[in-house]
Amino acid sequence: MTADRWIDVGRIEDIPPRGARTVVVEGGDEIAVFRAGDDAVFALINRCPHKGGPLSQGIVHGHSVACPLHNWNIALATGLAQGPDSGCTPTILVRVEDGRILIAPPQPVPA
Amino acid sequence: MAGCRAVEELIARDAGRYRVTIFGAEPHVHYNRIMLSPVLAGEKTFDQIVINDRAWYDDNAVDLILSDPVEAIDRGAKTVTARSGRVVGYDRLLIATGSDPFIIPVPGHTLDGVISFRDMADVSRMIAAADAGGEAVVIGGGLLGLEAAHGLSLRGMKVTVIHLMPTLMERQLDEAAGWLLKSALEARGQTILTGADTAEIVGETCVEGVRLKDGRLIPASLVVMAVGIRPCVWLAKEAGLAVGRGIHVDDHMVTSDPAILAVGECVEHDGQVYGLVAPLWDMCRALADGLTERHTGYRGSVTSTKLKVSGIDVFSAGDFSGGQGAQDIVLRDASRGVYKRVIVRDDRIVGAVLYGDTGDGGWYFDLMKRGEDISTVRDMLIFGQAFALGGGQTDPKAAVAALSDNAEICGCNGVSKGKVVACIGGGAVTLDAVRGSCKASASCGSCTNVVENLLALTLGDDYGGERAVKTMCKCTSFGHDDVRREIVAQGMRSIPEVMQKLHWSTPDGCSSCRPALNYYLLCALPGEYVDDQQSRFVNERMHANIQKDGTYSVVPRMWGGVTNPRELRAIADVVEKYDAPLVKVTGGQRLDIFGIKKQDLPAVWADLNAAGMVSGHAYGKSLRTVKTCVGSDWCRFGTQDSTGLGIQTERMTWGSWMPHKFKIAVSGCPRNCAEATIKDFGVICVDSGYELHVGGNGGIHVRVTDLLCKVETEAEAMHYCAAFIQLYREEARYLERTAPWIERVGLERIKARIVEDAEGRDALAARFLHSQTFCQDDPWAARAKGAESEQHQPLSLMETA
Ligand SMILES: Cc1cc2nc3c(=O)[nH]c(=O)nc-3n(C[C@H](O)[C@H](O)[C@H](O)COP(=O)(O)OP(=O)(O)OC[C@H]3O[C@@H](n4cnc5c(N)ncnc54)[C@H](O)[C@@H]3O)c2cc1C
Ligand code: SF4
Ligand code: FES
Repeated sequence: MTADRWIDVGRIEDIPPRGARTVVVEGGDEIAVFRAGDDAVFALINRCPHKGGPLSQGIVHGHSVACPLHNWNIALATGLAQGPDSGCTPTILVRVEDGRILIAPPQPVPA
Repeated sequence: MAGCRAVEELIARDAGRYRVTIFGAEPHVHYNRIMLSPVLAGEKTFDQIVINDRAWYDDNAVDLILSDPVEAIDRGAKTVTARSGRVVGYDRLLIATGSDPFIIPVPGHTLDGVISFRDMADVSRMIAAADAGGEAVVIGGGLLGLEAAHGLSLRGMKVTVIHLMPTLMERQLDEAAGWLLKSALEARGQTILTGADTAEIVGETCVEGVRLKDGRLIPASLVVMAVGIRPCVWLAKEAGLAVGRGIHVDDHMVTSDPAILAVGECVEHDGQVYGLVAPLWDMCRALADGLTERHTGYRGSVTSTKLKVSGIDVFSAGDFSGGQGAQDIVLRDASRGVYKRVIVRDDRIVGAVLYGDTGDGGWYFDLMKRGEDISTVRDMLIFGQAFALGGGQTDPKAAVAALSDNAEICGCNGVSKGKVVACIGGGAVTLDAVRGSCKASASCGSCTNVVENLLALTLGDDYGGERAVKTMCKCTSFGHDDVRREIVAQGMRSIPEVMQKLHWSTPDGCSSCRPALNYYLLCALPGEYVDDQQSRFVNERMHANIQKDGTYSVVPRMWGGVTNPRELRAIADVVEKYDAPLVKVTGGQRLDIFGIKKQDLPAVWADLNAAGMVSGHAYGKSLRTVKTCVGSDWCRFGTQDSTGLGIQTERMTWGSWMPHKFKIAVSGCPRNCAEATIKDFGVICVDSGYELHVGGNGGIHVRVTDLLCKVETEAEAMHYCAAFIQLYREEARYLERTAPWIERVGLERIKARIVEDAEGRDALAARFLHSQTFCQDDPWAARAKGAESEQHQPLSLMETA
């Protein structure tokens, strides 16, 4: 992975603590960027492994998010469904530097 | 501090090796900067924080030049030039210029009376200002700002702390600890404004006050800015050294020029800059080793912090935000005001936040730095070193068994182990029975586990172990009713406060308890509690119903189910303009517009608002609709004006938050065309007045209403309705509709409160109407005007290559 893949998507303050915002990817899956109560930042594809609920609209608690549609709990760090449920949402590399959120979106697979 | 420390280290290794000249910008000999806080607080004098007096410099043949900052470095000639014009040559040069405080350039920041908190001169100015009396504003609620605030308030000033972020010391503390800290400081008389942004500092020549962006003006004769520091690198930069955020150094503290070294806050090592002293000591050791050919090297530092405010113990180390795969171990002890959180990843401590009892901070920090595997002590880690390593009983029952009969079990009620055992022996064989008879664990509940262990110990196999009360969620051992009762009894005012006082076992709850707590607080403190958006389900946060494809449906309110051409036209226009794929008449006689995109919602609401329509709350745990029939105006059977009564009722009740959704209907005669007998509150008009029905539900388990009573006038019908709603709001559990609530508590109890107790009824209705005065705002109108627009906008857009 090369350094120039990191894309600046905004400031950490642009996301409320225990909230999420989306990054719209043209021609790709929408990304949900989460800010936990302790300011840890995570990014996932904005789609629940259950029935595709928009995870960015769920309730963030600890380092999990509860899907807004049927309340599955998804771990923000791994994208894995918790508890009795199974399934996984792809995670997106993310880091915070000087208060800016940088993500490295998955590169399109060459044909 | 780093410069002199490096010289000390050097002298300790090889005193004669270098001839040393030190330039200092300040007029003082080397003092311990971090002790300026106790000097300000009056706990120490300046002399007590001096590290080496002048004699030390003379004894070690160090030339000390004070009040004369170096202004230029000539690397070619290997000389430095100071402000006085003095030029001194060097073989090796050490830069340790520290940091400059950051001053936010708001209007008025150059006024007399605006100062930073960095050196002894600042402290002297603060002391002088405090002696003159008056009010001070400290901008910045981090370590430094709070220490300044503490010192100034001890010196008799009225202090307000303005902090931009929602919690104090957010870089060191999590929300829970930040909340405890804020409460403790407020209890000491400081005013703490979080989430407050400074607009300007007002005054002619001297500071007179600070104005916030929300318009508030705080009078002040002194403003201390403590919002951060910046490595002081201009000197190095002008000399052409490699500089990033700080002066670049290698593992031996050598800059891009081999003859020039740098240490302290002004350097950047391996991408890190430090704002604390501990790393300086490590750096100075590596530097002195390097200068005496030992080459141990510096490998970066892990830091921990403590707040030096007497009587308030705060400790934080490492990464309290956890990150990938991290788990939290949390202990809250409300009666002692203690909060501890240790963050563990792969069986190793990666961070710790301690409040109130910081005694074990050093132990956690040490385990963390050494990367020790803690799996064997994990169960007891949070209780601290003595307990985890001192052979603390691994079996909690054995630990309880070992307690003497006099040992206190329940601190709140002063109940000893002997008393609890006696009370179990006397027939109290469940937790509730124990709570009822000897009061143990009946207050704050923190001893619940111990009492349960005593039950298990005393009763052996006879103790089922099941708690009679189902807990609210996995984050707490309390049930809904307990939580509600305690919120009111203890006058709790925020979610973090509830979590602390009731010993939540997670840092910020879960998706079950947070919405419930948010509701309970909202209900208990109308007009006062500030709603927490992040504790609401998506529908309430977005003020629309989320559908399975992630789009939203919008239901405008139609009072009593009545509409007109203007409203119909507005709805039709919205459907066309936003390409809504479906419009549907709902079961509650409203029109539902489907398929609206999140980002279009504000525009849709603006259009509907323009036609006079407001949110139907079809998304909320709140009053949804009042369904009506046509009643006496048109229907040949109608006995009363059911439509009119429905409209009045909806006008009275709309916007109210409830434990669950709430529906009302009014039918004009017993033919009941509005289906009032399957609603939460139903009215059936009859010749002689109004039959009031409660607890109906048309959901999965259909339930027909119970007859509450009959009243004679419309006014009475409305009054009883208000009282009933308030009783439900105050006593039902979150997400419990009226039907299961009534079945749980019994209709008789509800009749006793609403029908038989006139005074109680009036009080309930009055409380309802009072809370409604704060609720009847259309949430759409504010959003349509742009409030919280970020909720509808993506953070950013990205084009893939
Ligand atoms: C009030 C207060 C409380 C603190 N409390 C703590 C604490 O509890 N724990 C903790 O770990 N840290 C604390 N700190 C931070 C700690 O003081 C710093 O990390 C530490 O002092 C940094 O050392 P330094 O040598 O890099 O910089 P400094 O100690 O700032 O030393 C730099 C010196 O260089 C001088 N100088 C700058 N430019 C020139 C020039 N061109 N020529 C000559 N001299 C120059 C400056 O005047 C200054 O005296 C506190 C800081 C303050 C202000
Ligand atoms: S409930 Fe009675 S008054 Fe109302 S529409 Fe039906 S028949 Fe007419
Ligand atoms: S779609 Fe997420 S829980 Fe069903």
